[in-house]
Amino acid sequence: MTIRAMWKGVIRFGEIAVPVKLYSAIEDRTVHFRLLHRQDLEPVRQSLVNPETDEVVPFDATGRAYIAESGDRVLLKQQELAALVPQPSRDITLLGFLPLQAIDHRWYDRPYYLGPDGTSAEFFALADALEGLQVEGLAHWVMRNKEYVGALQLYQGYPMLMSLHHTEEIVPVEALQPPSGPPLDQRELGLARQLIEMLDAEFQPQQYHDEYRQRVVEMLAAKTQGKRLRVRAPQRRERGVDIRHALEASIQQARHHA
Amino acid sequence: MSNDDDTASADQEQPHAFWSGIIAFGLVSLPVSLFPAHSSNAFPLHMVDGQGTLLRRQFFCAKENRPLERDELVHGYELEPDHFVVVEDEELEAVEPKKSREIDLKRFVPLSSINPIYFERAYFLVPDGDTTKAYRLLAKSMEDKQRAGVATFVMHGREYLVAIIAEGGILRAETLRFHDELRTPEQIGLPTRQAGDQKTVEQMRSAIRKATHKQLDSALLSDQQARHLRQRIEDKLKAGTDVLKAPEESAPVETESNVIDLMQVLKERLQGRRPHPIKAQRAQQTSATKRAPALKSLSKQELYDQAQALEIAGRSKMSREMLIKAITRASHKHA
Repeated sequence: MTIRAMWKGVIRFGEIAVPVKLYSAIEDRTVHFRLLHRQDLEPVRQSLVNPETDEVVPFDATGRAYIAESGDRVLLKQQELAALVPQPSRDITLLGFLPLQAIDHRWYDRPYYLGPDGTSAEFFALADALEGLQVEGLAHWVMRNKEYVGALQLYQGYPMLMSLHHTEEIVPVEALQPPSGPPLDQRELGLARQLIEMLDAEFQPQQYHDEYRQRVVEMLAAKTQGKRLRVRAPQRRERGVDIRHALEASIQQARHHA
Repeated sequence: MSNDDDTASADQEQPHAFWSGIIAFGLVSLPVSLFPAHSSNAFPLHMVDGQGTLLRRQFFCAKENRPLERDELVHGYELEPDHFVVVEDEELEAVEPKKSREIDLKRFVPLSSINPIYFERAYFLVPDGDTTKAYRLLAKSMEDKQRAGVATFVMHGREYLVAIIAEGGILRAETLRFHDELRTPEQIGLPTRQAGDQKTVEQMRSAIRKATHKQLDSALLSDQQARHLRQRIEDKLKAGTDVLKAPEESAPVETESNVIDLMQVLKERLQGRRPHPIKAQRAQQTSATKRAPALKSLSKQELYDQAQALEIAGRSKMSREMLIKAITRASHKHA
C-alpha cells in the first residue's frame, strides 16, 4: 500500500534545488461520526442563520468580524481576507541550518514525510549531507493558502518536514519563574534520583495503545452484531503522606518488582 | 450565589486549567493543574452577515429542509456509503475510560529517546495544594537525570499518552501520538535509501555550512500572515472604518484566551498563588461545580463532563446553552 502525496514542492538553499513530494506522517485513526436527523437517519446539513430573523445566509454573502475588547466589531470582507493570503509558491525555502536539538519539542507541530519527486539522486544526497553534518534546516513554505515554518530533519534516514508553531503561539518559558520555596533536602533529592534510576526504561511506543478508540471500534462491531457490552472497573490509589517515607517505600517496592 | 448568573466580570475570561489531578511518583503524590503551552488563535474571527450581525450555525434536515433542534440529532457511523449505525451518546459514554485524576509515573526514559514525531500538544503543569516541595523535588531530580516520565492518563473522556518533562524547574506535560497513528516510510512507499552522488553531497554540504547558525532566531518563526491580519484590524479600528460600535446593553463578549492572559495566570499559579482566593473558596463550597458565568467559557465536552458528574438526566441531548442552565440549576441545589 502506498500513500498519495498531499503536496509537491522544491527545497531550495544556495544554488541547490531538490524537488520533493509531501506526505502526512500521521494517519487519522479517529472513529468519525456523522450527525443524523434521528427521525429519518439523513445526514444533516449545517447552515448559517441570522438569529434575529432566522434567515439562512448563503456562505458567499458572509463576512468576518473581529470583536475588540470594547465589544466593537471590526468587519472584514471575504475579498479583504483573500488579499491577505500569501502568494502561492512551490518553494520550500531554507532560512538556515542549525545544530540538532536547537529546535526542541516546544516548537513541534505536525510531521510530514518527504519523498523524491522524479529522480531520487538529489533527494538522497540531501539525506547524506544532513546526516554527515548533524544539522537540521529551518524551512518556510506556503501550502494550501497557509504559511508554514518547519524543521527539515531526518527520521529513520528520510528527510522529514516537522511543521513548527509560530513564535506568537508559544508561551515563552524564559519569562516564567519556576516555583520557589525553602532549599530541597539533599537526602530526599538523592532518594528521588534513585527512584528515577530504578524506574529507568527505554521509550517503547509500541507498548501503548489508544484503548478508548479500540473500545469504540469494538462497540460498533458488537452493535452491528447485536451484542451487549462489558464495562471495566475503575482503579484506586492511596495518597502518600511524608515525602521521604514515601520515596523510601517506593524504592523498596521498585526493588521487589525488579 | 444566584446573582452570579447575571453579573459578568473580567475573571471569567481567564484561561482555565484543562485538567487538575495528581502526579504519582512512587508513593509520593503531587497535585497539579494543566495549562496549555500554546495559544492557537490570538485573533479569532466570527462569521457575520453583510450588516455585521453575528451568525449562528443551525442544523437542517436535507430531506425536509427544516431546521433541527439538538434533540433531533443523533450520531451515526457510516458502515458503507449511506448506510449508518445509530450510536447513542450513552453508548459512547459507556466505553469512555473511567475518570481518573492521576498520572502515574512508572517509567522514566531518556529525554532524547522520544523522537520529535511523537510530540502532539504541550501543556504546563503548575503545583496545586499547600506546598511546592514535591513539585520542585520531581522537577529537579528529573532534570538532573535528564529523564522524562512516561504515562497514560485520562482527560475529558479520552486516554492520552504523556511525557512529563522538567525544564528550568518547570514541569511540562507533552501528549504523545500513539505509535499506530504514525506511518512508516514503507507505508508511504518511499524508495529504499541509497547513497547520494558524492559530488552533489559535497555541493550541498558546503551550501549548508555557509548557512549554519548556532542558535535559533525565533523571529524567523513569526507568523507574517497573522501579523498582516492584525495590522489590517488595527488600521480599521484607528480609522473607524467598517467598525460596528458595541450596542449599549450588549452581553459581554467571550474573547478567547490570548498569550498575555495565559502568561499572567501561569506566573501566578507557578508561585502557588491563586488569582482570586475568594472565588476559590466559593468554588469549593459548590463541590465540583463552577459558577455559572465561568461555565460560558467551557467547551461543550467540558460542560457535558460536569453534567455527568452532577448526574443530570437527558444531558446527552442538551445543547450548550441547555447544559449551562441545567448545571447552574443543579449546582444551586447542591450549594
